[in-house]
Amino acid sequence: MNFLPLWRYFDHFAEGVVVTLELTIVAAIAGLVIGVAGAVALRGRVKPLALLVRAYIEIFRNTPSLIQIFLIFFVLPTFGLKLPAFEAAAVALSLYFGAYSVEIVRAGLDSVPKSQIEAGHCLGLTGWQVFRHVVLPPALRNAYPAVTSQFVLLLLGTSLASQVAAGELFHVAGFVESRTYRSFEVYAVICALYFAMAMGFKLLFTAFGLLAFRWPRRR
Amino acid sequence: MRSLSFVDFVSLISAIQWTVMLVVLALAFGAPLGLGLATARISRFAPLRWLAASIIQVVQGVPLLGLLFFFYFGMPMFLGVQVPAILAVTVAYTLYTAGFLGDIWRGGLEAVKEAQWEAGACLGLSVLQQFVHIIGPQALRLSLPPTVGFLVQLIKGTSLASIVGFVELARAGQVASAATFQPLMIYGVVASLYFALCFPLTLWSRSLEARLDGSR
Amino acid sequence: MALVEVRDVHKKFGRVEVLKGVSLDVAEGEIVTIIGRSGSGKSTLLRCINALETIEGGEIRVEGRSVHTRMKDLRLFRQRVGIVFQAFNLFPHLKVERNITLAPLLTGRTTKAAARALAEEVLARVGLSDKIDAWPDQLSGGQQQRVAIARCLAMRPHLMLFDEVTSALDPELVGEVLKVMEEMARQGMTMILVTHEMGFARNVANRIVFMHQGRVWEEGPPSKLFTAPETPELASFIANTK
Repeated sequence: MNFLPLWRYFDHFAEGVVVTLELTIVAAIAGLVIGVAGAVALRGRVKPLALLVRAYIEIFRNTPSLIQIFLIFFVLPTFGLKLPAFEAAAVALSLYFGAYSVEIVRAGLDSVPKSQIEAGHCLGLTGWQVFRHVVLPPALRNAYPAVTSQFVLLLLGTSLASQVAAGELFHVAGFVESRTYRSFEVYAVICALYFAMAMGFKLLFTAFGLLAFRWPRRR
Repeated sequence: MRSLSFVDFVSLISAIQWTVMLVVLALAFGAPLGLGLATARISRFAPLRWLAASIIQVVQGVPLLGLLFFFYFGMPMFLGVQVPAILAVTVAYTLYTAGFLGDIWRGGLEAVKEAQWEAGACLGLSVLQQFVHIIGPQALRLSLPPTVGFLVQLIKGTSLASIVGFVELARAGQVASAATFQPLMIYGVVASLYFALCFPLTLWSRSLEARLDGSR
Repeated sequence: MALVEVRDVHKKFGRVEVLKGVSLDVAEGEIVTIIGRSGSGKSTLLRCINALETIEGGEIRVEGRSVHTRMKDLRLFRQRVGIVFQAFNLFPHLKVERNITLAPLLTGRTTKAAARALAEEVLARVGLSDKIDAWPDQLSGGQQQRVAIARCLAMRPHLMLFDEVTSALDPELVGEVLKVMEEMARQGMTMILVTHEMGFARNVANRIVFMHQGRVWEEGPPSKLFTAPETPELASFIANTK
C-alpha cells in the first residue's frame, strides 16, 4: 500500500472535486426549480399537465440514472442536439433530481394544515401573502430533511457522469488509475473524498437548519 | 455495424436474470447484515451503536460506484489475489444493501414506542422474546414501505455492475448499442425493462404507505 | 340597521342540508350566543358569516354589504371581522409578536415603527404582556387562545366571531379565556359565539340562539330561555347540559 504516487495528481483530484461540486449544485438548483414547478402543476387544475408531470416523475424515478445519462448523451445527437459530456450529465441529473424534488416539495406544501391557510385568509391576507408568510416557512422546514438527504444522494450520484467522461471526480479516478495502476489507493482516496464532501454537506445542512428553523417543533 | 435484430432483444431480456440475481444476492447477504446493523444501532452497548452508525454513515456517504470499484479493482490488487467478479460485486452490493436497510430498519425499531418494550417486559418476556414477538413485527410493518422503496433503488443500482464489466441488463444494452448503433432503441428498451421491474414495486410501496397512514 | 343580517340562509355539504333557512340579526354592541347540539349547524353558520363557507341560498349582510356576492371586497371585509377558532391556529413559525403584527403590517394597518407597541397593547388586554417574545408552542392552550384573540384585536375588528374557543382547552384553562371575552364584552364589542359554556351564555350574552336541525329553533334573552324554554328540544338540551 503506497499513497505517495498519487500525490502528483493532487491537481487532478482537486479539479475533479470542483467539477463534481459544480455538477451537483447545477443539478440541485435546476432540479429544485423543476420540483417547485412540478408541484405547482400537480396541484393545478390543468389535468393533462398534471398527468404529464406524473408520467415524468414515474419514468425518471423508476429507471436507472445511468441509463438516463446514456440516453441523453448518446441519443440526443441522433436528433442533431449534441451536448458536451458535462452538460449532458447535468441535464440528466437535473431531471433525475427534479423527479424526486416534485414529490418532496408537494409533500412539504401538503404538510401545512388547511386551518393555517384559513386563519391567514381570515386575517384578510391575499393568497400570495398567505403562501409566502403562512405556508412556505413550515413547508420548507418539513421538506428540508428530505431535500438535504436527496442532495447527498445526488452528490454521490454524480459519479455516474464519469461514464460519459464528464471530468468529475470519478472520471479523474479512472485517469489516475490508468497512469499509476494503484487501484486500491486510488479508489480508497476517491471514496474518502466523496465521504468528506457528503459529511461536509450534512454538517452544513444541519447547521443551516438550526439557524433557519428556530421555532419549536409541534409536540 | 449490423442492424437491430430479434437476437438483440432476446439478449436484453435474458440479461434481466443477471439483474435479478444481483438483487437476490444483495438481499440474501445484505438483509441479515442490515438487521444486525439496525439492532446494533439500538443496542445498550454504546461502542456497538457507534460502530454500526459509522458503517451506515460510510456506506451512505460513498458512491455505490466507489464501493464497486473499490472491491472489484482495489481489493484484489491490495490482497494480491484474483477475486472472482461475482464475489467482488456481491460484497459491494451487500454492504450497500446493509447500510441502507440498517438505517431504514433502525428507524422502524425506534418508531415503536418505548411503552411496548415495557409492556413486553411486564409480561415477563426476555429481551429477545420482546424483540421477536412484540417490537419486530410492529417495526417491520412501519418500515415495509421504505424497504420496498429501497428495493427499487437497489434494482436501479445493479445497472452500475455493467461498468465493471458485469453483463447484466445495462451492460447487455451497451453491447447491443455498440454493435447496432441504435442507442435510442436499445436504451429505450433497457429503460423500459427496468421500469417494468421497478414501477410495480413503487406502486406497492406507495399503497403500503397509504395503508399505514390510514391506520394511524 | 343591524350590524349582521342573516336572511334565510341555506347551506349543504354534499346532499346533507346543514342550514335550512336560518335568519338572524345582530345589532351593534350585541353579544349573541349560539347554542345547540353538535350537528345543529351552529359552527357552519358562524363560518358562513365570515365567508369561510359558500351558501346555496339566502343572504348574509354585514355592515349593510352582502358577504357572499361582493367577493372583491372579501379581504377588506375580513380585516374588519375577527374569528377565533377552537384550535387557536396560531402560526407556529412566528413568535407571538409577529403572529399579532403580521396581518396589520401586510395590510398596511400599522407601520414597522408602531407594530411592537400595537402587539404590546393587545397583549396587555389579554393579560399576556410577558409572552410577547415567546413561540406559540411554548404556551399553554389557554395562553395560545388568548394570543389568538389578541391577534384579532390588533386588526381593530368591528365584529368578533368565536367558534367553540374553549372546547379544546383543559378545564382549568377555560376560565382565563372566558375572562378575556367578558372584558371585551364589557367594552362594547359586537360578538357572536358558538359555545358549550352555559355559564358564559347565561351571564354575559344579551341573547341566546338555540339551533336545532339546521334551524333557529328558539331565541331570546338568557333569563327567559334558560328558565322558561318554549320548546321541548331546548328544555331537554338545557337539562342535559347542566
